[in-house]
Amino acid sequence: MRLTCPLCGERDIREFSYRGAAVALDRPAPDAGEAAWDDYVHLRENPAGESRDLWHHESGCSAWLVVTRNTVTHAVLKCELAADVKGAAR
Amino acid sequence: MRIKGKGIAALTNPVKFSFDGQSYSGFESDTLASALLANDVQLVGRSFKYHRPRGILTAGSEEPNALVTTGRGAARTPNVRATMQEVFDGLEAHSQNNWPSLRTDVMGVNDLLSPFLSAGFYYKTFMWPKSFWEKLYEPIIRHAAGLGALSGQHDTGRYDKAYGFCDLLVIGAGPAGLIAALTAGRAGADVILADENPWLGGRLRAEVEEVGGMSGTDWVAEVAAELSTLPNVRIITRTTVTGVYDQGTYGALERVGLHRATSGDAPLETFWRIVAKRALLCSGALERPIAFRNNDRPGIMTAGAVRAYLNHWGVATGQRVAVFCNNDDAHRTARDLAEAGVEVAALIDTRPDAQASGDFPVFTGAEVVNTGGRLGLSQITIRHQGATQRIDADCLAVSGGWNPSLHLTCHMNGRPTWNDSIAAFVPQPGAAPGLDAAGAALGTFSTKGALKSGFYRAKLALDDLGLKVPEVPIPTSDDSAYVLTPHWTVPGKGRAWLDFQNDVTVKDVKLAAQENFRSVEHMKRYTTQGMATDQGKNSNVSALAVLADATGRSIAETGTTTFRPPYTPVSIAAMGAGAHGHGFAPERFTTSHAVSVERAAPMIEAGLWFRPSYFPRPGETTWRQSCDREVNMVRTAVGICDVSTLGKIDIQGRNAAEFLDFVYINTFSTLKEGRVRYGLMLREDGHVMDDGTTARLGQNHYVMTTTTAAAGAVMKHLEFVHQCLRPDWDLQMISVTEQWAQFAVAGPRSREVLNAVLDAPIDDQGFAFMACGEVGVMGTRGRLFRISFSGEHAYEVAVPARYGDSLFRLLVTHAEAMGGGAYGMEALNVLRIEKGHITHAEIHGRTTAFDIGFARMVSAKKDCIGQTMAARPGLTGPEREQLVGLRPVGVVKQLTAGAHLFNADAEAVRVNDQGYVTSVGYSPTLGHFLGLGFLKNGRARHGETIRMVDHLRGLDVICEVTDPVSVDPEGGRLRG
Amino acid sequence: MAKLIAKKPCEGLLPIAAGDCSLTEVTPEAITSIAPAKGKEKSVSDALKKAHGMVFPAPNRATGKEGSRLIWTGRGQAFLVGPMPKAIAGAAMTDQSDAWAVLRLEGATAEDVLARLVPVDLRAATFKRGHTARTMLFHMSCSITRIGATAFDIMVFRSMANTAVHELSTAMKSVAAQAR
Repeated sequence: MRLTCPLCGERDIREFSYRGAAVALDRPAPDAGEAAWDDYVHLRENPAGESRDLWHHESGCSAWLVVTRNTVTHAVLKCELAADVKGAAR
Repeated sequence: MRIKGKGIAALTNPVKFSFDGQSYSGFESDTLASALLANDVQLVGRSFKYHRPRGILTAGSEEPNALVTTGRGAARTPNVRATMQEVFDGLEAHSQNNWPSLRTDVMGVNDLLSPFLSAGFYYKTFMWPKSFWEKLYEPIIRHAAGLGALSGQHDTGRYDKAYGFCDLLVIGAGPAGLIAALTAGRAGADVILADENPWLGGRLRAEVEEVGGMSGTDWVAEVAAELSTLPNVRIITRTTVTGVYDQGTYGALERVGLHRATSGDAPLETFWRIVAKRALLCSGALERPIAFRNNDRPGIMTAGAVRAYLNHWGVATGQRVAVFCNNDDAHRTARDLAEAGVEVAALIDTRPDAQASGDFPVFTGAEVVNTGGRLGLSQITIRHQGATQRIDADCLAVSGGWNPSLHLTCHMNGRPTWNDSIAAFVPQPGAAPGLDAAGAALGTFSTKGALKSGFYRAKLALDDLGLKVPEVPIPTSDDSAYVLTPHWTVPGKGRAWLDFQNDVTVKDVKLAAQENFRSVEHMKRYTTQGMATDQGKNSNVSALAVLADATGRSIAETGTTTFRPPYTPVSIAAMGAGAHGHGFAPERFTTSHAVSVERAAPMIEAGLWFRPSYFPRPGETTWRQSCDREVNMVRTAVGICDVSTLGKIDIQGRNAAEFLDFVYINTFSTLKEGRVRYGLMLREDGHVMDDGTTARLGQNHYVMTTTTAAAGAVMKHLEFVHQCLRPDWDLQMISVTEQWAQFAVAGPRSREVLNAVLDAPIDDQGFAFMACGEVGVMGTRGRLFRISFSGEHAYEVAVPARYGDSLFRLLVTHAEAMGGGAYGMEALNVLRIEKGHITHAEIHGRTTAFDIGFARMVSAKKDCIGQTMAARPGLTGPEREQLVGLRPVGVVKQLTAGAHLFNADAEAVRVNDQGYVTSVGYSPTLGHFLGLGFLKNGRARHGETIRMVDHLRGLDVICEVTDPVSVDPEGGRLRG
Repeated sequence: MAKLIAKKPCEGLLPIAAGDCSLTEVTPEAITSIAPAKGKEKSVSDALKKAHGMVFPAPNRATGKEGSRLIWTGRGQAFLVGPMPKAIAGAAMTDQSDAWAVLRLEGATAEDVLARLVPVDLRAATFKRGHTARTMLFHMSCSITRIGATAFDIMVFRSMANTAVHELSTAMKSVAAQAR
């Protein structure tokens, strides 16, 4: 598997580490309530199809990435810098 | 038998090799198979299950039968395909799966028992009693069945891995592959051409054919010569592309040194990971046999293999060769043999209307119904026009047609489709992203067709890559139609073999269908058809045909099993190349490593780091003696310990303080410059992640320390928090772990030792507890932190790593002059247990700040990672297991980590579990063992007597529950 | 007072040679990480140009020349390798001089040696002089910069110098033995 780091270019999977769903970007407010926090920390979709995950270019530039890919075809559809995605959302 | 004047392989360098101890001669250009056949050796092995005598079936990597063991001792390699192993002077090969010998194999008795050993036999027979499977049945079956065995010794062979990159990967260098590589090469594409043989040309080397008005071989040489002048084309021979992976990654195994007696520093094999923008599968086709009674005798081979041995190696595979086929292509075998002067016993074609003629008997509309011979073929029985007759033959060339070698197109979930006109499966377009097929791999079998297809498919790839496609004229070549009538099996009694390696017969497949294992996947698993190391390359399609017939469906309806990587077996050693010994993982050495080793300290691994366990002194015979002394040294004088392995992260930026407040449960924005504070960080789920001290070096400048174990994880976490949660913050982080050599100087005389190396001496007021600052260390700029893990008056002094060795030596020398010295991990551990300080033994992922007694550290004035979830019900309260100290008060004085705690009067069973012990050590300061552990409602139970039971080590100890801090609970020593 | 004695990261390990490749240790006077503060990327680059004659490098690039380079080392970060750093306003700077072992691999088959250890295409056509990559040297994180037609500077953590030399020397010997 290969991911295209927006900074480093296309790289082998071994340079990256996986964290999980990009849900982790959307941290609730402290008072958001139990359900919101449960969702954020524990509950995850397991899609057969398009997924949006966080990867860390650990052995590269150290950037956190939001990777959109298809879990059925293994196609990687998009790799973005998490800071950009989060920055744009704020 | 070698035919004079035949063969295009160079028969110039003679070599001696041995097979089963018998010496033979051959040539460097031989494979073990061709050399054995040249020496008239037909019997090379015994089959997996029935121990049937077996010979060489093919001339390529698909070989199911001729598996041998090469080499000896640690270098022994089992299951080597004789068709792929090139001979060299001194090669030793042995047959497998027989005892006492290949010719007299007592396990051949299995063959007589075959009526009882049909498909599903094991499943049905060895079901009960259940316990017999592991103890009795399995060992016996494993002993009787099998391939070659490993030596059991450490493999001393060298293996490499390597990365390759290209625009176009051409897999296979037959006519299609060569013209594709030539086209792409002329277009200027970055090309890798890989072929599993030592030569280029593919089938053109095995056939008598003209290409472009010259011999096929000459044409190959001409193309090869041009390719070698193109700097953008890399040719790797002896390289099998074994797998297709995501985003255009291909695995390939190169045999680098397996054809040489010694390879020195060169590897035996190199496992390549090739990243290709496009790939073209030009892997040709594999011939399939026809199943008939006793079709597995040595001497029965594929017709194409017989031609390959004759035309490439000049070897006649028999003295009287018969040919049995259902297609025109196989007629070439009879023709080539006859032209070479080999007696053709008969040409038997299943098709009544087959057109064949030659100076040999031709039987059309005929079948081979049986064969005879003890350890090799001596006779065949044919049925022709309703009558049977016997024909003497020592070799039978069989062809049931050809199957495109499409395996790689299935590796990404591609499903091949059935093509009636060639009665074979062909790859689907787009079966794997970026991978296309051409030539025979795509079902185009003629040379002309392959050349056209190779050019056209290369053109498509080049178009995709945006390259201009050059003119490459297709040379004149054979374009005869591929004519066959499917003929899978010859009906009749007896066993007709499909999968030679796994001993699967037509009857087995029919039985599977009869027992309702009608799905192809079920049939495969029930019979083990195609599950051997060759993955059924010769036999799968025939087995499907039998299943289709038995279930009354078409082959297209029946469908096919798919193929997974690797295409051919890959040694684990090649995949794991380099990752053993010093290459297993990076070995991280501190700057005091050399001194520690000089002082005979046993080094223990802490993650990737190597740290000294203890520093033995003369007269000390056990580690405990050294450890006790080192603890006493620190408590009474001074000790030196390398703490450089702790993670050190430099954090700067306008939001640095805010950031630390967010990642730690306590507050760092209020920390004064020049001061250090202990901090605890949580995971977002409320459990403790790591702890350490952080120093404020300037208004917007901190240095955080982490534990050794979590250094990497914490760095990653901090990057996550910054980039994914607060990218708006101005922060710059970088690890400075490697920059600084940092040593703990601990004990009542620590300041004396320090003042011996500091440019400006310090005193207690000027450098109070939890102070930090820059200092001069013998003229070098260093950093000093007054922090303590041991509980003593202590410092950590840091200098740039280049000076680490030098400073450590000096500190130890000064310490030794004051009755102290270096201490290692064992003493460090005891010292911190005495002080009740936690490590990852305690913050093991399930503990909260509340559990370890740090709940009051959580600042309510701010949000921090983990704060909300830590407040959940169930994470605080008396039901929690809380950190306590333990000391033995009964007869048994020992404590063990991992032991569990029970109430004094309770039975030591799971339901009564009250907690567990995380860390223990003998405290020389207190004269008894000390433990740390977690106990239900522990903080309210100090003074209580409790039972520690270690079922594993058979210990039952009465303990007193204490405060975790056993030594100097007031902390007076810290302030020294 | 006596001085502390400095030790190089690869003390006693280098130089080595195999085939046409040599591996030597480079000991720059200083290595300094430079990370511009948020919004200060331009001014930091200008200041660097003024102070050291090199702009802040784009990702995967190194600026400067032998003895004084700015090597991109990751997200928002570059290393000044060579000169003692001058103060640059608006940038976080840390001393990394002792944190890295700098190895120079030089020789006609240097690319083949690295192809055994590095999962990045380092061939001259794609990885030209002045190109740099944060990647892996077998299991180790590293920074690789092409500094010449057949020469690369490889930076690994100081503590891993032993292993880096082990991996590189093994690959060098292997490539040398395969040269025909």
